[in-house]
Amino acid sequence: MNKTTATVTIDGRKVIIENEKNLLELVRKAGIDLPTFCYYSELSVYGACRLCLVDVEGKGILGACSTPPEAGLVIRTNTQELREIRKISIELILANHDRECTSCVRSGSCQLQDIARRLGVDKIRYRSIYEPKPVDTSSPALVHDPNKCVLCGDCVRFCNEIQSIGAIDFAYRGHNAAVVPAFGNDLASTECVNCGQCAAVCPTGALAPASQVNKVWQAINDPQKTVVAQIAPAVRVAIGEEFNMEYGLSTTGQVVAAMKRMGFDTVYDTSFTADLTVVEEGNEFITRKINGERLPLFTSCCPAWVKFAEQYYPQLIDNLSSCRSPQQMMGAMVKHSLPSQINRDRKDVVMVAIMPCTAKKFEAKRPEFQTNGTPDVDYVLTTQELARMIEQSGLSLEKLHPTSFDMPMGFKTGAGILFGNSGGVTEAVLRYAVGHLTGSNPVDPEFEEIRGEDSLRIIGTEVGGLELSVAIVHGLGKAREVMERILDGSLTVDLVEVMACPGGCIGGAGQPVSSDIALRRKRRAEAIYTTDRLLDLHCSQENHFVNEYYHRYLGEPGSREARRLLHTHYHHRRRTSAEESALRKVVKVSGDEMLAVRVCAGTGCFLRGSQNIIQGLMKHVEANELADKVLVQASFCFEKCGEGPNVAVGDTIISHATLEKVIEAIHAALAQEGEPV
Amino acid sequence: MIEQGAAVQTPARRFDKVCTILDENGRQPQRLIPILQAVQEEYRYLPEDVLTFVADGLGIPGARVYGVATFYSHFTLEPKGKYIVRLCDGTACHVKRSIPILEALHARLGLSSKQSTTDDMLFTVETVACLGACGLAPVVMINEEVHGQMTPAAAIELIDAIVAREKLA
Repeated sequence: MNKTTATVTIDGRKVIIENEKNLLELVRKAGIDLPTFCYYSELSVYGACRLCLVDVEGKGILGACSTPPEAGLVIRTNTQELREIRKISIELILANHDRECTSCVRSGSCQLQDIARRLGVDKIRYRSIYEPKPVDTSSPALVHDPNKCVLCGDCVRFCNEIQSIGAIDFAYRGHNAAVVPAFGNDLASTECVNCGQCAAVCPTGALAPASQVNKVWQAINDPQKTVVAQIAPAVRVAIGEEFNMEYGLSTTGQVVAAMKRMGFDTVYDTSFTADLTVVEEGNEFITRKINGERLPLFTSCCPAWVKFAEQYYPQLIDNLSSCRSPQQMMGAMVKHSLPSQINRDRKDVVMVAIMPCTAKKFEAKRPEFQTNGTPDVDYVLTTQELARMIEQSGLSLEKLHPTSFDMPMGFKTGAGILFGNSGGVTEAVLRYAVGHLTGSNPVDPEFEEIRGEDSLRIIGTEVGGLELSVAIVHGLGKAREVMERILDGSLTVDLVEVMACPGGCIGGAGQPVSSDIALRRKRRAEAIYTTDRLLDLHCSQENHFVNEYYHRYLGEPGSREARRLLHTHYHHRRRTSAEESALRKVVKVSGDEMLAVRVCAGTGCFLRGSQNIIQGLMKHVEANELADKVLVQASFCFEKCGEGPNVAVGDTIISHATLEKVIEAIHAALAQEGEPV
Repeated sequence: MIEQGAAVQTPARRFDKVCTILDENGRQPQRLIPILQAVQEEYRYLPEDVLTFVADGLGIPGARVYGVATFYSHFTLEPKGKYIVRLCDGTACHVKRSIPILEALHARLGLSSKQSTTDDMLFTVETVACLGACGLAPVVMINEEVHGQMTPAAAIELIDAIVAREKLA
């Protein structure tokens, strides 16, 4: 017999308690959609917005999100009192809100707007004490408009808890409280990796992707320009959501048709260069594996992850694949091959990438991806922005007759489509490796075992006689965990795929936003796998146009020309401009005639004991009366973190420094200046 | 010879002091508030580069440190003047007309609610909730000295006296 099931009575109906973490989940299971701003099931409970209040018999009014279910509770969700409290909360928020809704990027998808309408807010009874604050447009990926913030903190918690970055946090208090980067600096000067998940969870337009729609229209309308677009795999399985189409519908043909109607001259598929990436990265991987060098190999398609690695794991930068991302390979190939084919200048070919991602906007602006002063990819539009352009054109996506991509760079195999899902790059590389190592392509190309929704999947597999261990990660907090385990030796793998966003690119911050995002992600992921199945070819090495491009332009995979056009290099990056400014101040005080000794006090060197060197040097300088000859300074990073502690004596950098080594070097330098001591 | 006073510090000395403070607190992120208190005692305010260093040393984001530093009115991110004028605006002082005193001080020193420290770094004027000397209301404290039963004119006299003394020095 079953045990008696525990129940809660919600508005007079019994609801069975299963695994719900709190009353809110139970109430929502009962089909009552209590409004919330600050509740996301994957984030910690904050309990600040006070919208999910319920009346619990014998206990009074409680926040449903922060009350655990308990057998026998009798709950009411819709009393006159509760309705009034909720309405007051919204009115108070609105009293201090920039209510220029019609010109807001989130008009129509704003939760504040939606909840105010649902609760019947028809008048705001409170006087506004709102003073406009400046909008931060410094970031290439995101716009931060504090005038639209409701202080729910979803962005803060996502950045901290899921991505382990903490680029933004609450500052000040009372009615001055605001979400800001450290020291009120611009977003662009912080450790923000541009993943944009803060904007994806923002209920209003306080954080939103930066738009380049107008610039793209300008290029389209300029008869001098040939506008070439590329569309990432994750876009086609999500954009339909913006036109009320069912979730997980692949609308490839309609999207291409819409873009042609809008005036894009050529529309290519980013999956083509994803195939190219697989060939290059597959070779890089197999070569490293066979030679046993610099493993694990980290994928580098995700620009948010790349910036993260550059900031926090400089000692592992050489493990990043040197392959450019598919977006940048497409940019490089189009600008390299197309101008001569169509008799145009490079500067008159405009490359527009349609991406599910905000970090791609940052990637396109990286100095590594500019050739002769012009970018390889001129503009990056998110899925949302493309949907706005289609709406602006008066087109209905669902009514358009499908059109095919332009050849040859519109041709792809299923492997190139997989890039949209977490685990997709790995699966595509493994399919390539089978063909490369055994000489015949896999009969059943699907690696079911590496698919899934878990944010960390470690799988052992055998490919062509090679035993391989791969780790697939999404979310940068998980990536940090993996990096730490690799560094402390508790995890040994050959390949690590990292995507910053939940579920990979299909969960990117440029995709349509909604509170039922988990369901949408699931459907999008399924659609990616279905698209792969429906294509005739499933392995990148079967893409004969890729092979033709090698033949015509690149030579062999990994050749000199391939390295020039398809690869790049990464470098250590300071996390914040505060580190830079500290460094500048240090340089400014250095005396002209004095010997400057700069000890790195950055994280890496600090952990390796640079502080003891500073203290030892101070004592040494005092004891030997060198204060007028030697200036000891603390400095931030010398970008040689793997070899810390680092100390610069004059212009010479001493790595793996010890106090003795530095003192020796100081005396040698002083002696050289003809001032023996 | 180079004299190194408390105010003129080489960056090495600056970071050296922070290191000691961090060590004394076991480099524990949950000791952030006592660490900030010690840092402020040392430097008289919380310099940005020192806070960045504290964040790095504790392994927490700079934005979190900034959030804590701006939450408590005890902490200041701006260097303060040599003379800190604290005007009590608690209930007793407020009803005994503390605000006209604040207005007079602001007018005399060219300050406002936005700028609380004079350009020459001599004076900082701020209001506090209660100094615990309600019997003397309204009260002004200049550094550690308490002045009771203030009027706008008496407060200006105190300022003028300090300015005159500073000119002689």
